[in-house]
Amino acid sequence: MKWIRIKYTKTYNLLKDGLATSNPIVIAVLGICSSLAVSNKVENAIAMGLGVTFVVMASSMLISSMRSIIPAKVRMVTYMVVISTFVIMFQMFLDAYFPTIAKSLAAYVGLIITNCIVMGRAEAFAVKNPVKYSLVDGFASGMGYMFILVVVAIIREALAFGTILNMRVMPLSFTNWSVMALAPGGFFVMALFIWGIREWLKYYESEV
Amino acid sequence: MGNLIELFVATILNHNIALVYILGMCPLIAISTNVKNAKGMGIAVVLVVTLTAMINYPIYQLLKQTETTSLALLVFIITIAATVQVLEMLMDKYLPKLYNAFGIYLPLITVNCVVLAVSLFFVNRTYNFAETTVFSFGSSVGWMLAIVLVAGIREKMAKHSDVPRGLKGKGIVFVILGILALAFIGFTGLASI
Repeated sequence: MKWIRIKYTKTYNLLKDGLATSNPIVIAVLGICSSLAVSNKVENAIAMGLGVTFVVMASSMLISSMRSIIPAKVRMVTYMVVISTFVIMFQMFLDAYFPTIAKSLAAYVGLIITNCIVMGRAEAFAVKNPVKYSLVDGFASGMGYMFILVVVAIIREALAFGTILNMRVMPLSFTNWSVMALAPGGFFVMALFIWGIREWLKYYESEV
Repeated sequence: MGNLIELFVATILNHNIALVYILGMCPLIAISTNVKNAKGMGIAVVLVVTLTAMINYPIYQLLKQTETTSLALLVFIITIAATVQVLEMLMDKYLPKLYNAFGIYLPLITVNCVVLAVSLFFVNRTYNFAETTVFSFGSSVGWMLAIVLVAGIREKMAKHSDVPRGLKGKGIVFVILGILALAFIGFTGLASI
């Protein structure tokens, strides 16, 4: 009987919100730049997803624990400093242990700072809620982001290079759709994805 | 001089920062509902991007001399936030008319990745000061071109087309952007960066 009660806890609802009902990419349409730019290879998508998850969790935790001492007027700059500290940490980690991935992500790692998901979670959630829930919320948003990123990357890498995680999945006679590795492929796959998930969740926007 | 002009053309067309490098998408999607707002946002971006790149360039040289380039990200983002704040206050004081027209877009620019991306790109590509200025100006003009194009198409679409309900709003913008990006691939090889 215990698992039914889990459904009513705050933690469960936060996780559900981040992963599905208010998924940062599909529903709120935040953090698009990085998600399109790095989703042409699955390994890049995983690295980026983990990076964003780490940065969101760490900065949410820190901001939430400092929420009573941050003056409202300079809160944006405070967020920026906190977030960029963690991004620099992640960048150094990648440089040290995964130099090839660091090279193919290049400037996009630094751009996690301006990823609206991180800023959005800090402003909308961490600054008003206790540390424990901020961590869960950060984890849920990060995972929601990573989930979409990896699925889009699997589609794009399979069609653009015929591989998934550098392993051949398409038959050798398959002609690579090189457009899938470029910007337009990302836009089209993402549009179809948004369409599908919104039909499924029955989430529609009224304006065109 | 010749290569500066080539760089300028390249950053607007075949290395367009919005449609080829996919940067600055959040504001592009959020503010492209009509052409007027798109233009306001575009002008504000051109102003801030060019200014911050010109300020960040000497700062980066200073960081290089003291061998603290790992802090570049932190320093850049603070410079950007400060520049935007100062610009907003100056405009409010001396150009109130202009401020009323697109002052509301200024705070949004701090989190526009184009601004930070331009500052990070010139580091990666080792430009000199003149090249940095042209590169940042060209990139931001390219971004403005993209947002105005998308806004124009969306305005027309709102009147004439019957979009499937699941794609309404932000979904269809991705399709528009995809087709535009496809068109911009046609410029490949026009000028080198």
